[in-house]
Amino acid sequence: MNIVIPIKQVPETSNVKMDEETGTMIREGVESIINPLDLYAIEVGIELKEEHGGKVTVITMGPQSAEKALREAIAMGCDDGILITGKEFKGSDTWATSFVLSSAIRKIGTYDLILAGERATDGDTGQVGPGIASFLNIPLSTYTSRIVEITDNTIIVERLIEDGYETLQMPLPCLLTVVKEISYPRLPTLRGKQKAKKVEIPVWSADDMDLDKSKIGLNGSPTRVVRISHPRIARGGTIVKATDEESLSRAIDKLINFLQEKNLI
Amino acid sequence: MSYREVWTIAEQCQGDIREVSYEILTRGRALADKLGVKLASVLIGYKVNKEKIEELIYRGADKVYLAEAQELENFIVENYGNVLIDLISQYKPEIIIAGATTSGRTLMPYVAVRVNAGLTADCTDLDIEEGTGNLLQTRPAIGGNILATIKTPNNRPQMATVRVKSTRPLPVDNKRTGEIIRINLKPGLIDGRVKRLGFRKTEEEAVNIQDADIIVAGGRGLKKKENFALIRDLAKRLGGVVGASRDAVDRGWISYPHQVGLSGKTVSPRLYIAVGISGSVQHLAGIKTAENIVAINIDPDAQIFKVSDFGIVGDLFDVVPAISERLSAIKGERNG
Ligand SMILES: Cc1cc2nc3c(=O)[nH]c(=O)nc-3n(C[C@H](O)[C@H](O)[C@H](O)COP(=O)(O)OP(=O)(O)OC[C@H]3O[C@@H](n4cnc5c(N)ncnc54)[C@H](O)[C@@H]3O)c2cc1C
Ligand SMILES: Nc1ncnc2c1ncn2[C@@H]1O[C@H](COP(=O)(O)O)[C@@H](O)[C@H]1O
Repeated sequence: MNIVIPIKQVPETSNVKMDEETGTMIREGVESIINPLDLYAIEVGIELKEEHGGKVTVITMGPQSAEKALREAIAMGCDDGILITGKEFKGSDTWATSFVLSSAIRKIGTYDLILAGERATDGDTGQVGPGIASFLNIPLSTYTSRIVEITDNTIIVERLIEDGYETLQMPLPCLLTVVKEISYPRLPTLRGKQKAKKVEIPVWSADDMDLDKSKIGLNGSPTRVVRISHPRIARGGTIVKATDEESLSRAIDKLINFLQEKNLI
Repeated sequence: MSYREVWTIAEQCQGDIREVSYEILTRGRALADKLGVKLASVLIGYKVNKEKIEELIYRGADKVYLAEAQELENFIVENYGNVLIDLISQYKPEIIIAGATTSGRTLMPYVAVRVNAGLTADCTDLDIEEGTGNLLQTRPAIGGNILATIKTPNNRPQMATVRVKSTRPLPVDNKRTGEIIRINLKPGLIDGRVKRLGFRKTEEEAVNIQDADIIVAGGRGLKKKENFALIRDLAKRLGGVVGASRDAVDRGWISYPHQVGLSGKTVSPRLYIAVGISGSVQHLAGIKTAENIVAINIDPDAQIFKVSDFGIVGDLFDVVPAISERLSAIKGERNG
């Protein structure tokens, strides 16, 4: 079973500090990590390989430094990595990114399954997975929460939708975007780390993939960011203390008032 | 033919139309009026309740494009995608809006790449740019820490998904009239590769937290699983549903569909009550567009108070029962 996993390198935002005055993110000392939601896809890929054999290839489109993300995935147990980099890719929106990644997967050739994260924590669109499936014209399951079984060339999955779980059956190759519930990501192993250090990571440019330059980077991106603003973080609401019985009772009075004013009760 | 019309994608479930279909008509109506064009609702499904279809018109649509077939009973992206792509090539809408639901967020990117359209995810605000008539799409990014405004100057249609609950449906106006256009499906649009084998409702209480008006959410401050009973009780009294922080989910106190935040769901209820939740950046990312936030936390310095409209600094084990008690007293007065 050959599995391809597109992963994205993102700024580590779990400790994002905002400059309260300017409303901007303090980027100093912010590390780059694998998109945390891609770790679930990586884990599933490795588990499937362990069960069915084959190999797991991780690919990423990003700056040269994104190679680190590929090596981290290999340290977890993936087999190969491919780095897609070049200034011609700069400014790609989700349309262009899906185009580039699907072209790279075509170039890889044989694959049975593509696994993607539900969304990236920086761009936060969740559009790239479905976009890749659409370009490749392979079946798609988004929000996949469980792989029920894989037999011959068919896969049965569950997806987490608004009010429950839906079961889908589809032929391979197909693309799944996965949610957190599907797996519990493992840590890199010592052996994996050693392998990751040594493994050679091919670097592909647009020319290596014979890409039409009008479809990549800013040129190939239908959308344009025209403005960035910083939302008011603090709402400046009323804060009351409830430390003893009396203040508790007053706090509840005020809360009930608040809820009534807003027509919430 | 040039690109005209604003479209919104209606959603149905077993013949019943989902609320989000009406919400996005409110968005579509405002845009269509600014552009001076017609607003159409696109409904794909099977045996949809006739009155509900008319309600699309009563709540703002000028037209309904209705594609019905047994194979379209449930959302399968390949089938719905093919139908929508075919409609787009036939009628050339200028703007297409869908709810940022699991199906909207699957269908729209699938279609956008095929029709060379720009797509913006999970918008909280939509407007028309003066002069150019371009759609201005505003969305939170980087965990809600910034707002980006995006446009698609050269490609049509312009596509966007909008956050569920971020608008209200327009009131029903049954004097409004409109056209229901039944689409004859061309052969070959049903893909057939993907089969839906079944559906299992989430067992616990309603967890469709994205559709809820009121959410009471619990975090690590609850200390153990059993104490979620406090949260459930308060939610029930308020007519709301139960949410949770990731910490509470990871500890197995409550299941993942309840999780609010970056790796859970983004919600926009009218009232969000955070109980024993510190307000990490990732949690806040999921509630930035809640209309009213109430926080209950023992730590006066908890981040959650920065974003709350009303905060109580106190022990949740005193505060929550006191609220519940007061609510039942009020109810008693009303009934008595
Ligand atoms: C990639 C990534 C994604 C993540 N995604 C999410 C996500 O989707 N959703 C999410 O929630 N988190 C997410 N997190 C985790 C997040 O960083 C926090 O760890 C988590 O939100 C903390 O949950 P909590 O507020 O319940 O717990 P804590 O931070 O431990 O807060 C508990 C709070 O309870 C209060 N408390 C304790 N006892 C009482 C009492 N008796 N009465 C009143 N108050 C009391 C404390 O003062 C404290 O503020 C993510 C993290 C990462 C790295
Ligand atoms: N530049 C990229 N390189 C590789 N994979 C990506 C890239 N961008 C997005 N992806 C994949 O697509 C998923 C969704 O990303 P997004 O649509 O940006 O939220 C991610 O979880 C990754 O699996």
